[in-house]
Amino acid sequence: MNKKGHVPFIRIVKISERSGKDTLKIRIAAFISALAAGGLFILFLGYNPIELYGTIISGAFRSKMAFQATIRFMIPLLMSSLGVAMAFKMRFWNIGAEGQIIVGAVCASYFALFHDTWPHFLLLLVMFAAGALGGGLWGLIPAYFKSKYDTNETLFTLMLNYIALHIITYLRDGPWKDPGSSGFPKIARFAPNAQLDKILGVHFGWIIALILVFIVFIYLRYTKHGYEISVVGESKSTAKYAGMDVRKIILRTMAISGGICGITGMIQAAGSDMTLASSVAGGVGFTAIIVSWLAYLNPFGILLVSFLFSVLEKGSSVMQSAYGLSTYFASVLQGIILFFILGCEFFIRYKFVVSRKGGR
Amino acid sequence: MRANDTNYAIELKGITKTFGRVVANENVNLSIKYGEILALLGENGSGKTTLMNILSGIYYADEGSVYIDGKEVFITNPHEAINLGIGMIHQHFKLVEVFSAMDNIVLGTRGRYVKNSALKEEILEMSKKFGLETEPDKKVYNMSVSEKQTVEIMKVLYRGAKILILDEPTSVLTPQETAKLFAILRRMKDRGNAIIIITHKLHEVLAISDRVAILRKGRVVGTVKTGETKEKELAELMVGRPVSLEINRPETTSKKTVLKVVDLSVVNEDGTRGLKNVNFKLKSGEILGVAGVAGSGQRELCETIAGLMEAKTGAILYNKENIIGKTPDEIINLGISMSFVPEDRLGMGLVGSMDMVDNMLLKSYKKNKGFIIDKKPSRKLAEELVEKLSIITPGIETPVRMLSGGNVQKVLLGREIESEPNVLITAYPVRGLDINSSYIIYDLLNEQKKKNVAILFIGEDLDVLLELSDRIMVLCHGEVMGIVDAKNTSKEEIGLMMAGKKMEGADSDE
Repeated sequence: MNKKGHVPFIRIVKISERSGKDTLKIRIAAFISALAAGGLFILFLGYNPIELYGTIISGAFRSKMAFQATIRFMIPLLMSSLGVAMAFKMRFWNIGAEGQIIVGAVCASYFALFHDTWPHFLLLLVMFAAGALGGGLWGLIPAYFKSKYDTNETLFTLMLNYIALHIITYLRDGPWKDPGSSGFPKIARFAPNAQLDKILGVHFGWIIALILVFIVFIYLRYTKHGYEISVVGESKSTAKYAGMDVRKIILRTMAISGGICGITGMIQAAGSDMTLASSVAGGVGFTAIIVSWLAYLNPFGILLVSFLFSVLEKGSSVMQSAYGLSTYFASVLQGIILFFILGCEFFIRYKFVVSRKGGR
Repeated sequence: MRANDTNYAIELKGITKTFGRVVANENVNLSIKYGEILALLGENGSGKTTLMNILSGIYYADEGSVYIDGKEVFITNPHEAINLGIGMIHQHFKLVEVFSAMDNIVLGTRGRYVKNSALKEEILEMSKKFGLETEPDKKVYNMSVSEKQTVEIMKVLYRGAKILILDEPTSVLTPQETAKLFAILRRMKDRGNAIIIITHKLHEVLAISDRVAILRKGRVVGTVKTGETKEKELAELMVGRPVSLEINRPETTSKKTVLKVVDLSVVNEDGTRGLKNVNFKLKSGEILGVAGVAGSGQRELCETIAGLMEAKTGAILYNKENIIGKTPDEIINLGISMSFVPEDRLGMGLVGSMDMVDNMLLKSYKKNKGFIIDKKPSRKLAEELVEKLSIITPGIETPVRMLSGGNVQKVLLGREIESEPNVLITAYPVRGLDINSSYIIYDLLNEQKKKNVAILFIGEDLDVLLELSDRIMVLCHGEVMGIVDAKNTSKEEIGLMMAGKKMEGADSDE
């Protein structure tokens, strides 16, 4: 009557807790496997993987100029990753960094375009504040609705990205259209007075970004606010039980998260683009999500990961000129790395067990 | 009857199951015959549930073999277990709330289509056979806990289960409902079913089983015939050393009313009744026990006092000041401490991923001056608690979710007590704890009582409530059925009130 069942050959078994060392080993192994898998992909395209990887590295470092360009890639990525990491720590899925960057840039650009006669540092300071305020407000909107009506912040922040993007288009085609552009829709270039100064050949955004790494690190780890963010992220009911004002914490954290992204927008516009372009965010806000997760929301990890991503990005652009490969190659490689790093989480929590025959 | 009576219904040989470094079951040998009730006794974490999950196909053993009717079987999924005639009734019901009893019973069975009327007939007949009371058309959301359990039992019987496994089936029942369940189980046994009942309540083991298998730390440490054993022997086998089963009830002198609840009514978010016209007084230096079937308003009571839930009407007077409408923060500052332990222990009182130091901060971090948190005092407090309550942990920097249940409970209660509260609300503080840890917790509560703290103790084990509390308040459907002196009452009296019988003059607590 009982048909004899079969012993499963391989079973998946949960691991209670791996040591930190093992975890690190697995992650490094995942990174190497990702490079290997990327190598296969390159082979498939008919190139030598080692040569190509070499080109990526040298492309990012080969000259002072190249390195400066890498850093320029890195600044907005690093900053917006720090911004979204704050929200993620609270388990608030802010995927609206893109929009927050744009609105920050728009607000800052107002002063850059129409008050460019103000004293240089006062103007930059005002632009900085405007960027933070704009991004912060853009972050506050979904936070308000989340805390009041429990709306889905993922969709909400995502949709706000498109609204922000269309605000730029509207300004570019309408009120802020450059009269000197002879019909071509674009916004005027900022006056030198409204541009960020260069330090060591790169606009000083990199200093702000580095300072932010430390500030965010301390804020999350050592302050009351940071503590509250962790508790709210872990369990809202625990937070309430401890007497925390969860609503206030969500609003405040999202204002800061959006604010950091807004500053990113200001720096990108005034430091890199020298104008308000619709590509001011250019997908950085989405890449930031990947960066902050790969770094496990640790600010110093974000610093490292965003640097590696920038090397990949810059190196890939060199590859385009050297081999005629599309820059999308970088995106493919990013995807592969992400797949492996996130996939390795499985091996951190589970292991495979091969059944012993007979099992006695 | 089965063809081969000489064979065991189930025979487990050398079952071993590990989770990471934790050995849940080690070389377990166990057997049960048809027409027998076997009690599986053991403290939480002794591996009872894991063992039964192996039988029901949820887990697969690392080593060892399972024989059913004398043949070796490989149960790789729950469906196979059902095909082999094994039915498990879980502690937490797995029913579709919006379906009727009948729909739940047939849900997931394949192969044959039966007309509704015929099906109803079949179910009613089966109910009669086993002495179950079922209304096939009643929706699950309209059912009491005991009715839901009946549906669960019907579900496995309908699937042709000959071997029934019940995981802590009485934890949600009143004493009277328990007696009814036991009658049903005896009837099933007489009809030749094999029944395994998982429990940690000693008197139930003695009441229902034919044999007892005692598990400790994943091993079977003994199998005894129920008729030849006593509660004390079972407890010793279970714990592994002589234990005293007495709970102290120290007498205190100065009893002043600290908390007075007046006509308190609470409505849940989904519009259902939480509490209705609740009146009681909580005095300093007393433990007021709260009894009731799970979900009778215990959670609402705790959360309303702590300011987490809104009251619809009524007042909660703390030293004559109404605390309704105050935020949790303000209430904490008044000295009302709540060590509320919901279903999963880490849900509300502690943050699982944080270490002891950070968890100590939870209620005190606001007292820190300035923006940066000084963790030194809470580190000191954590170290003191580890010392004082002999908390077993790799270190105060280990995330608390990695501690065992008893130690988590000590961390939570220790922190609450350390804040020198005037009122201590504690819900199910010994849930999931072994006997020894439970007694440490009782001692902690008694110590607080001697310090004139007013303690509201939400409990589930009536024996404990009767021994530990000074007075017992019984809740049913959010209403107070009565408040009795713990010394002059009986389990039966409380059981009747838990089931909804109101005591004379229950509304006046003088």
